[in-house]
Amino acid sequence: MAMTRKQKRLAVIFGGLAFLGIATGLVLVALNQKIVFFVTPSDLTSMHAEAGQRMRLGGIVKDGSVVRGDGTRVRFAVTDTIKDVPVTYDGILPDLFREGQGVVTEGLFNRDGVFVADTVLAKHDENYMPKEVVESLKEKGVWQEGQATN
Amino acid sequence: MVEIGHFALVLALAVGLVQSVLPIYGARTGDERLMGMAAPAAVTVFALVTISFVALIQAYVTSDFSVLNVVENSHSAKPLIYKISGTWGNHEGSMLLWVFILSLFGALVALFGGNLPSSLRATVIAVQGWIGTAFFLFILFTSNPFIRVASPPVEGQDLNPILQDIGLAIHPPLLYLGYVGFSVSFAFAVAALIDGRVDAAWARWVRPWTLAAWIFLTAGIAMGSYWAYYELGWGGFWFWDPVENASFMPWLAGTALLHSAIVMEKRSALKIWTILLSIITFSFSLLGTFLVRSGVLTSVHAFATDPSRGVFILMILMVFIGGSLALFAWRAGTLTAGGLFQPISREGALVLNNLFLTTAAATVLIGTLYPLLLESVTGEKISVGAPFFNLTFGPLMLPLLLAVPFGPLLAWKRGDLFAAGQRLVAAFAVALAAVAVVLLFVDRTALLAALGAGLAFWLLAGSLTDLALKAGIGKVSAPVMLRRLRGLPGSAFGTAIAHFGLGVTLLGIVSVTAFQTENILTMAKGDTLPVAGYTLRFDETVPVQGPNYTADEARFSLVNAAGKKIAGISSAKRMYTARRMPTTEAGIHTFIFSQLYVSLGDPASNGGMVVRIWYKPLVTLIWIGGLVMMFGGIVSLADRRLRIGAPARSAKGTEAAATGGRA
Repeated sequence: MAMTRKQKRLAVIFGGLAFLGIATGLVLVALNQKIVFFVTPSDLTSMHAEAGQRMRLGGIVKDGSVVRGDGTRVRFAVTDTIKDVPVTYDGILPDLFREGQGVVTEGLFNRDGVFVADTVLAKHDENYMPKEVVESLKEKGVWQEGQATN
Repeated sequence: MVEIGHFALVLALAVGLVQSVLPIYGARTGDERLMGMAAPAAVTVFALVTISFVALIQAYVTSDFSVLNVVENSHSAKPLIYKISGTWGNHEGSMLLWVFILSLFGALVALFGGNLPSSLRATVIAVQGWIGTAFFLFILFTSNPFIRVASPPVEGQDLNPILQDIGLAIHPPLLYLGYVGFSVSFAFAVAALIDGRVDAAWARWVRPWTLAAWIFLTAGIAMGSYWAYYELGWGGFWFWDPVENASFMPWLAGTALLHSAIVMEKRSALKIWTILLSIITFSFSLLGTFLVRSGVLTSVHAFATDPSRGVFILMILMVFIGGSLALFAWRAGTLTAGGLFQPISREGALVLNNLFLTTAAATVLIGTLYPLLLESVTGEKISVGAPFFNLTFGPLMLPLLLAVPFGPLLAWKRGDLFAAGQRLVAAFAVALAAVAVVLLFVDRTALLAALGAGLAFWLLAGSLTDLALKAGIGKVSAPVMLRRLRGLPGSAFGTAIAHFGLGVTLLGIVSVTAFQTENILTMAKGDTLPVAGYTLRFDETVPVQGPNYTADEARFSLVNAAGKKIAGISSAKRMYTARRMPTTEAGIHTFIFSQLYVSLGDPASNGGMVVRIWYKPLVTLIWIGGLVMMFGGIVSLADRRLRIGAPARSAKGTEAAATGGRA
């Protein structure tokens, strides 16, 4: 009945390992399924986004693209100056959402290739451009130094 | 005054170097005079940093626009309270607050550590000196708040409007008192490793400091959560934002440390683990400082960024975390293992608590750092949000919360799980009743929410059961029970109260997550919306002139079933003139524990306003629970046996202390 000290230690070690195994498994599954990729409009042509896959779409709100529908529905286009993606959003836009400003939207594409966002982030500073947006614009070579940045 | 502040900071660095080197040299060589320099040096550093900090506050209060930091973050029209709090509403100032609090803790150890063995005291204060010196260098070389501008402008650029709130006056100081407070247990751990000696008395010195830091960190996180809730206008209380995680990881590790220090103090077991946990907890604090201050993250907390700062903090991080872990690997073997215990025992329960809390902290760490790592390796950008943490952190918390009521009921060394279960039957019945009430009277389909409420009541009833059993319920008469309750040590009350607070917070989270209602609609003047048994009516929009902003304030009336107005709610769109930056002020009406939350959107095309209205049942319990946990910590801290002077007698005879005898 009573375990020897060595057996007890082994039991504790195995218990601990099993526990860590479960925790690691959870983390791996979550990293596989629950992370959201960040894309820019021109990434999408090369990637062919599947309808129904959650992602973050970032870029600049295209000038003249914001259309407020009846009620709380808003349509606008996110651009990286190479390609535009139409976005719809039902809800309250952040205070700093403006045409020509950086924005990150999260949601999924519907069958018609329209990005249905459920979250729109335009961060906390008047000069603020989301970092991901700045970097991907730089990669595409369409970023001008001295443009508003944080 | 500004130059005096700058000069005091340079002097603090010089004295900090003395504090870092001489006392520990004295401790190694047995030189009492050098060891004796520790306390005066720590107090001097504190005095110098205080002068420096006050000088900066003064520059803000008098709107001295010859100082760059003031120009960039202040405005003469700003209300006085925001001028003062604005001192730490920016990178440089908040680092000065950080070292101010660090030097405060150094001085407190110096003043209250009179009964520590002199070599331990000297070493602890010297280790604090190392941390202080590193951050003085950081401030002076990369983040100096005292830099002047050649041609002072007449007006400043104002503080980010989001930060112009009473929250800024309270949240960062509380949070830093917590973060930096863990430096004391860290210093004790490093000193123990250097000395190669650690005993139960050591744990009795460390526990009050850890507890104090934990109390402040709990308050800071709860306060920050409520601030984000009402200020950002998104109505959420926790976003799993990397910056929130940065404060949550030290909290998880610190909570584990609190529990393992109990085992070490009472049973002289888990010594090596407790030392490691002290190091890990403060490492999380440093990591948090790095994440927030280096600019690797983008958030409201990451002010202007400068790569040299990131590299500097990363170096501090590597030296302190790497160095202390290396010291641990080298010296931990010299520490003797402590008392033995059965897996089913109070010790075993506390080990389980530690296992879950540290693993949970590790999952939060992975979720926070993985995006940074992936981006630097593959260039792919991802975001890790609530779904990740719900799948990893959630399942880890569930068994822990189920186990909480058992812990205090198990005996030390060898416990009886079955007997503890029998004594928890009443608590279990309460939990089942809560499940039934939710299913029958609130929502038949909300099974998960019902189980969550059951878990919350399991915690609430479990902690009350603990107290009732300690008072001898069912065995003795009521007056005897009362007398016994009064005789219970503060730490027993502290445990029960803190666990009760956990239940309160959980109940709030479950209720809001499952039962909040949200309406987004356009409202024109006179429109009404039924919500939570009342009617909300949009009355009018009025322009308002604030000290440094203009606003459009939308006024609503809350009308009860009888048609009587019971409250007015107003929500506003503000435009801060200096920064041309808009903000939204949410309108909140509180019904005891529940809240009605009104946030304004843009004007709609038909002339109305887009309005977002939430009804959040029992939402305030989330923060009230945090306050209750904090109160539990305070009660425990007030325990006579833990009072900072208490170990005095046993400390003199080191052998007596080593056996873990009560002071």
